[in-house]
Amino acid sequence: MGKHVLVIEDEPNIIEAISFILSRDGWAVDTHSNGHDAVDVVRAKAPDLVILDVMLPGKSGYDILSELREDARTHDLPVLMLTARGQTKDRELAERIGASRFMTKPFSNAEVLEALRELVPQ
Amino acid sequence: MSGERSPLFLERRSYRLRRVMDAARLMPFLGALLWAVPVLWPGQGEDGVSSSRAILYIFLVWAVLVALTFALTFWLDDSVETDGKEGR
Amino acid sequence: MGALNVLIAVCLTYVAMLFVVAFMAERAALRGRTTWLRSPLVYTLSLSIYCTAWTFYGAVGNAARSGMEFVTIYIGPTLVMLGWWWGLRKLVRVGRTQRITSIADLISSRYGKSPLLAVFVTMIAVIGTTPYIALQLQSVTLSFASFARIDPQAVQLADSDATALWVAAGLALFTVLFGTRNLDANERHHGVVMAIALEAVVKLFALVAVGVFVVWGLGGGVSETLARIDASDIGTWQVDNGRWTALILLSAAAFLTLPRMFQVLVVENEDENHLRTASWAFPTYLMIMSLFVVPIAVVGLDVMPEGANPDQFVLTVPLSQGQQSLAMLSFLGGFSSATSMVIVAAIALSTMVSNHIVMPIWLKIAKGGAVISGDVRSVVLVSRRFSIAGVLALGYAYYRFSGGGAALTSIGLISFAGVAQFLPALMGGIFWRGSNHTGALAGMLVGFLIWAYSLLLPSFGPGVFLPAGLLEHGPFGIGWLKPQALFGIEGIDPVVHTVLWSMSLNTGAFVLFSILSFPQPMERLQGAQFVNVFQHSGNPQGWSGGLAQAEDLMVMAQRILGPDEAQALFQRAAVEQGLGGYLPDPTPDFLQKLERELSGSVGAATAHAMVSQIMGRATVSVEDLLAVADETAQMMEYSSQLEAKSAELTRTARQLRAANEKLTQISLQKDAFLSQISHELRTPMTSIRAFSEILRDGDDLDQGLLAKYSDIIHQEAIRLTRLLDDLLDLSVLENGQVSLNIREGSLQDLINQALASTGAENSGLRIRRIGISDDIVMETDLDRLAQVFINLIANAQKYCDAQDPELTIRVIERDNYLIVDFVDNGSGIPAQAQDMVFEKFSRVSDHKAAGGAGLGLAICREIMLRLGGAIAYLPGQGGAAFRVSLPAKLKLAAQ
Repeated sequence: MGKHVLVIEDEPNIIEAISFILSRDGWAVDTHSNGHDAVDVVRAKAPDLVILDVMLPGKSGYDILSELREDARTHDLPVLMLTARGQTKDRELAERIGASRFMTKPFSNAEVLEALRELVPQ
Repeated sequence: MSGERSPLFLERRSYRLRRVMDAARLMPFLGALLWAVPVLWPGQGEDGVSSSRAILYIFLVWAVLVALTFALTFWLDDSVETDGKEGR
Repeated sequence: MGALNVLIAVCLTYVAMLFVVAFMAERAALRGRTTWLRSPLVYTLSLSIYCTAWTFYGAVGNAARSGMEFVTIYIGPTLVMLGWWWGLRKLVRVGRTQRITSIADLISSRYGKSPLLAVFVTMIAVIGTTPYIALQLQSVTLSFASFARIDPQAVQLADSDATALWVAAGLALFTVLFGTRNLDANERHHGVVMAIALEAVVKLFALVAVGVFVVWGLGGGVSETLARIDASDIGTWQVDNGRWTALILLSAAAFLTLPRMFQVLVVENEDENHLRTASWAFPTYLMIMSLFVVPIAVVGLDVMPEGANPDQFVLTVPLSQGQQSLAMLSFLGGFSSATSMVIVAAIALSTMVSNHIVMPIWLKIAKGGAVISGDVRSVVLVSRRFSIAGVLALGYAYYRFSGGGAALTSIGLISFAGVAQFLPALMGGIFWRGSNHTGALAGMLVGFLIWAYSLLLPSFGPGVFLPAGLLEHGPFGIGWLKPQALFGIEGIDPVVHTVLWSMSLNTGAFVLFSILSFPQPMERLQGAQFVNVFQHSGNPQGWSGGLAQAEDLMVMAQRILGPDEAQALFQRAAVEQGLGGYLPDPTPDFLQKLERELSGSVGAATAHAMVSQIMGRATVSVEDLLAVADETAQMMEYSSQLEAKSAELTRTARQLRAANEKLTQISLQKDAFLSQISHELRTPMTSIRAFSEILRDGDDLDQGLLAKYSDIIHQEAIRLTRLLDDLLDLSVLENGQVSLNIREGSLQDLINQALASTGAENSGLRIRRIGISDDIVMETDLDRLAQVFINLIANAQKYCDAQDPELTIRVIERDNYLIVDFVDNGSGIPAQAQDMVFEKFSRVSDHKAAGGAGLGLAICREIMLRLGGAIAYLPGQGGAAFRVSLPAKLKLAAQ
């Protein structure tokens, strides 16, 4: 079994796409679709990597990320942020908070896989 | 120097204006006084005042009063609008 | 052609010319060219209505009988004008700031807007003026008769009553035409004033012309004429001292209190500064008017046969010398004097009668008073027109019944003495804060009774109203109550006697009762405003707002001021208060202003009554009481002005802050808009790209996944298209490039169609319909309107979070608007979000639940704007509620 990845995203079609791509590449994929309890889910599932959308119902991706970074257990967890708001200031904000990678939608499937492999060496 | 003189000038001007207003207020009293003089004239009889002299006197007073009032309003003209409080 | 026919022709031509002048002046005023209409000169000339036919003809007659006494009638007003700085200026200022319509209005307004005082003053004014109008009619008929006498062709002027009737009717017509053109008495009568100014010139010119003819044509020059005067019966000064003093005082008082003089002096005054010119110009006018009186009298006594009526010398002297055209001119002068007096007196009296007697009665009779429907303006105008006709009819009737004889000649002074009874209340009102309603009423009542008892009634002769025995021995033989010798003081001239007693007891009662009684709060308020008019021209308290319904006030104001003016007034006030729309808060300030505007049309007492009717009370707040009760009221008013200023600053700052907030919000929105568009476009794009790459790379996909993924691509492509469509739609609507497809259709069909296309009724949302009948037909862009309805129904479907969701669709027709409300029973939209729901991409709840892009309501708003209607969020309906309103001009009820 491959490494464990948690996808936090609210658009069902995008979850479907990412799950398919990652599974095919050999990842164990878990999904979660709202912001409220995202942090708890991360702690509970303890994935090797998190793919985090910015615009989430309940709590924004940025807030979730800062909480994760404040917690020692998840302080170094690799987090790939995805957003549909592709402005420079969004990227800067994400990096300041501590995103490991930042990608704008729409993404290329190959790029996502490549980024994941870099973040979590197999 | 001129800075010192200008308020003095203004003061003088408003003082003058106030006195002109006093004069304007006095006008009806002056008129009443002058036109009350005929009351003192003796009535009919030998030493009565002739009508022609009475006419001359009354119309002379009239003309003088009108002329004075004209002069006063002329004087009051420029400055009063800006000073609404002076009416009392 | 006989002289009389020429006279009638000249007379008619002259009247026609007056009509033309008045008409042109009205026209010019309408076009806003009022500068020349309203020069100080015209104002001065309009004051000359003081010189009536009684003075034009009568002065010479008076001079022929008693020498220089006539001049007192001119000296009194001269003194008043010379003292303009004291009294007139203040009177005019008060009249203008309080929008006073008549002397009755002023006195009533000063003493607590008392209807009782207004009625009382109006009645005295009518009683005092009617004989005076009769006198004018008499003088015109007499002068006709003078002409007829020398005209061999004229059979004795058959019916002098008919002449009087014609004159009265003609004057009524003129006055109605030009005197009741507009309602607001403060919108001045340009036409009338211009006409009387012209008449003023005519009468002055006529008298001077006769004078010049007499002095240089007949008298042989100035010194000869003076010599002739000294040689005549009136060659020495023989004026009674008492009469000299009393008549000067009396005419000065009457100059201020005659209703017609008050009309031209105060009500028609356009600019306070005109007084400045009139202060010397009008005395000059009077001086010239009286200059030739004695010469004409003396020469007349010389050249006319024994027993000729000296009252007609102005006319008969030129006639006897064969100077027909000069006589004609002189006739026109007398005619002018009579007509201008009657016209203005009729206007003044009709305003009083209508405002203080007819209107209050009408308001009482018309149940519900000020708030019932209908246009009060027409009522007021009609009542004024009838009052004018009534006043002239009264004058004519008086002329007929008094026999038109010598009884009338003394009426001038009697009338003066009657209206002079207003003087203490009037002057006390503007100079003495302590004067009050009880004092004013007591003073005027006492003065009026003494006047009527000692002068008016006896003037009809013994046995007419007062039995001869009463005149001789007093009532019940009580000697000291003899009408013409009150308190046992005998042997005074009747006029002097009345002036002495009535004025002194009037003033005494006024002062005494003012001191003894306590004024109402409203009076103290008005008193402070009147007496200190120069300190604060306008404003203090009067109403404490809160209870008044702004809408009711609006309804009432529209009916009195007319819809346009009322709406402009309300809108202005709303803007001043920093509010939008037409309904300002009924603050004391606003109510005060409104009342004053109304009083310009219907008088202070009536206006106050109308506002109180709506306010539900007529009191003054505690703060107001404090402000007046205290002698430091002035200081408090000053500080309240400061407070008002600082409140104004605070308000401005608040408005600025609000504007700034709005701007910031809009700028943030603009940023958010770009970022939103980006997000909304990228999200479907992400799925499309991801799945299309999967499809491209994966040849190992099974059929099921293949179909599923293609389907997702398809859905997302549709979503993208819909979004682009919405954006495009919105941009077209916002830029106004949309072309509407106006059709006629039934509202019911449209709503059914919208419900069907949303599938609302099968989705668990219950629909309640209220007021949707099939006869409501609209003419509008039905597709666009359906789009709005669909959007609102779909929103209810998506967002209504009630257990048992229900949508009420309610149709109302109101105020020329067709209103469709969509109200659901969910939790509604939180107050802070209500402002923003119609903005682009604003989503109240989480958008995923809705699946829309947040453009729906923005599009709805734009559509309604294009259709000439509006859509708004309706708070306080228990759920989310949207109100769609369409102007009814797009709606035709099917017959």
